[in-house]
Amino acid sequence: MTRRIIGPFNRVEGDLEVKVEIADGAVREAWVTSPLYRGFEHILRGKPPRDALVYAPRICGICSVSQSVAAARAIAAAQELTPVPNGLFATDLMLAAENVADHLTHFYMFFMPDVCREVYASEPWHAAAVERFRAVKGEAVPPFLAARAGFLHLMGILAGKWPHTLAIQPGGSTRPVEVQEQVRLSLILAGFRQFLERQVFGGTLEAFAALSSPDDLDAWHAADPGRGDLRRFLTIARSLEFEGLGRAADRFMSYGSFGPEDRRLFAPGTLVAGRRGAVEPAQITEDVSHGWMGVDTVARHPFDGMTVPDADNPAGYSWCKAPRLDGATMEVGALARQAIDGQPLAFGLVASGGGNVLSRIVARFIEVARLVPAMESWARALDPREPFCDTRAIADECEGMGLAEAARGSLGHWVKIRKGYIHNYQIIAPTTWNFSPRDRGGAPGPLEQALAGAPVRPGETDPVAVQHIVRSFDPCMVCTVH
Amino acid sequence: MAREARKSLLWLQSGGCGGCTLSLFCAEGPDLVTALDSIGIDLLWHPSMSEDSGASALAVMEEVIAGRRHLDIFCLEGAVMTGPNGSGRFHMMGGSGKPMMWWIGELARAADHVVAVGSCAAFGGITAANGNATGARGLVFDGRAEGGFLGSGFSARAGTDVINVAGCPTHPGWVIEALSQIASGHWDNTAADGFGRPRAYADHLVHHGCPRNEYYEFKASAEQPSDLGCMMEHLGCKGTQAHADCNTRPWNGAGSCLKGGYACINCTAPGFEEPGHAFASTPKFAGIPVGLPADMPKAWFVALASLSKAATPKRLRENAVSHRQVVPPSDRGLTKK
Repeated sequence: MTRRIIGPFNRVEGDLEVKVEIADGAVREAWVTSPLYRGFEHILRGKPPRDALVYAPRICGICSVSQSVAAARAIAAAQELTPVPNGLFATDLMLAAENVADHLTHFYMFFMPDVCREVYASEPWHAAAVERFRAVKGEAVPPFLAARAGFLHLMGILAGKWPHTLAIQPGGSTRPVEVQEQVRLSLILAGFRQFLERQVFGGTLEAFAALSSPDDLDAWHAADPGRGDLRRFLTIARSLEFEGLGRAADRFMSYGSFGPEDRRLFAPGTLVAGRRGAVEPAQITEDVSHGWMGVDTVARHPFDGMTVPDADNPAGYSWCKAPRLDGATMEVGALARQAIDGQPLAFGLVASGGGNVLSRIVARFIEVARLVPAMESWARALDPREPFCDTRAIADECEGMGLAEAARGSLGHWVKIRKGYIHNYQIIAPTTWNFSPRDRGGAPGPLEQALAGAPVRPGETDPVAVQHIVRSFDPCMVCTVH
Repeated sequence: MAREARKSLLWLQSGGCGGCTLSLFCAEGPDLVTALDSIGIDLLWHPSMSEDSGASALAVMEEVIAGRRHLDIFCLEGAVMTGPNGSGRFHMMGGSGKPMMWWIGELARAADHVVAVGSCAAFGGITAANGNATGARGLVFDGRAEGGFLGSGFSARAGTDVINVAGCPTHPGWVIEALSQIASGHWDNTAADGFGRPRAYADHLVHHGCPRNEYYEFKASAEQPSDLGCMMEHLGCKGTQAHADCNTRPWNGAGSCLKGGYACINCTAPGFEEPGHAFASTPKFAGIPVGLPADMPKAWFVALASLSKAATPKRLRENAVSHRQVVPPSDRGLTKK
């Protein structure tokens, strides 16, 4: 048996270290370390509540709008304020733009360079993959970056800039949209749809979103395997058996996303052992037993959460806390969102192989194919004559919870306001769930579970299977610890 | 460009959000990888872009530190995490067993030029807010004070001072243009202002080109988020003092903070993270904003403001507190046929 420490992990948004114990050509056990602590929960203490709208997005440069949305919702809940309809549509457009851009950034910039590694040089698809997807130099990279930048012109109009906007407010958006700008939003979406359909999907978004089973997906791929980057990925994924790689515990959670709170486009819930249930945020706790955190004897609900860094906690191996829902680990992300919503292909992929490298990546494309048409309808639904923002005073003593879905999964903010200032602010980010360390019961987090069994090739120092599994979660390490 | 004339670049991220890199991915005309290639820069390693991971990434850095590989440009994004108690343990570089601050120090000393990308790397930034419990430091500044992690006497091997491309986040153009000036041999210390910021963008004010300029001229002020009026009087806008070209150079195609309907928070300035007041409300003394436009004598500002307020047209007075234009500009003097 050998032990190995792998890092720095790049193309994960932030820094990451993974320790693995290897025996008989496979990972036996893994420990996931989030090596950076910045202390946003401390930074926010004592600040005027609305200042959270400045600080929170700066937790993360890739989930920036998601952080803004969670902060705005937490303050709105404390104010008992409902955003006006235009504000909802504008916010959904910004959040969807970030989700979609992140999914594609993950695919082109973070995930695909790994299939171009020399270790796969003997595979029949390797030379073409290197030509197309190689880091920095691949032919797909410049057109992707150009299309992404053009798509994010949506943010130039709606958010002023991305990342780190202040446009997202508890009562809506600071940015009224004029009628000619509404036209431009639709044109931007039309241009991006063309990129997606020609370069990425090799077909219409609607045709992909309509696939209803893993067999459908196979047939869609087999019909024209050379057409579009998604089919090229599926060829590689079949060859490398990605569906057999990186399964965790198949307990999924989503807070639900887009549309009004009582009618989310992607329904909230849990999916455990094939059965859907409701999410009860009151059952969320964070355990710090294996974090570099001051010793705490109980796992706390985030309203009562404490963040006391202590690099000397002898049991600690990460700055990340261990969030649990009713005591259990949960996997979050696009696969969870789509499967919980009942999207047939995502649900079918989970039913046949659970959460794995293939299903996590396919689910992101399902989401892209569903979101862009929804964005087209939201852009049309904006009414330039009506207001975009409502305001209301914040009581001196109040509290609020703000739940949102970032590209990579469930994000929650919990704020307690006392004497008019922030008394406590707790954040649980998607990768806090997915890359959680062990809890006091010794239960490993989802990535730690997913890495157990990963194959290690003879002579590998940085096992390529570990690279695929880690990146299949689209981790955001700067959010994880914050 | 001839291969030997090309410059190598190594980029690290520490106490920050990665947003300057994500903003850089928004580069346009041309896209980022085409831009870097055209200005003659080759990436030795970048945390979000390079194939090398783990041991092979560490090997690249070790070769540079040992002097076996030449490094032209070292970029740091994010503050240097020196806590707790100077140990640097708030950020250990994955897989290396060493604090990130050790790698930053070694690589900064090995590179011909050193660039701090973003306000965290330059001054500490957001990471240093609320008492700076994590010991977040800029490369050669702690907020407004010279010093920082490398010390005020530091200059890179080529004799240049640390270049502070400040901003939260940075505009992709600011970064690419500074790198281009370096790569083409046109950078010297006179190209930076007193805080090390490239004068190419820092010798402008955010106020220049503000789409709300007419409201500013007549002191027709917004009162609530989404109002159309000037945000200086009530909503905390510092555009008249902030050094950047945000309103003459579009963000994401057509944006800026002001165009997004919210205040400039002066994010290119050291210490912006602790303004001493709520970000979105203007501190005042005797009804007059404390922060006056750059280079404007106070007495003149007060006199001009009260004069222009008295002269505010009805159109601006009403539109300033509305989310849409309720009174359009008139066609005085023109008659319809």
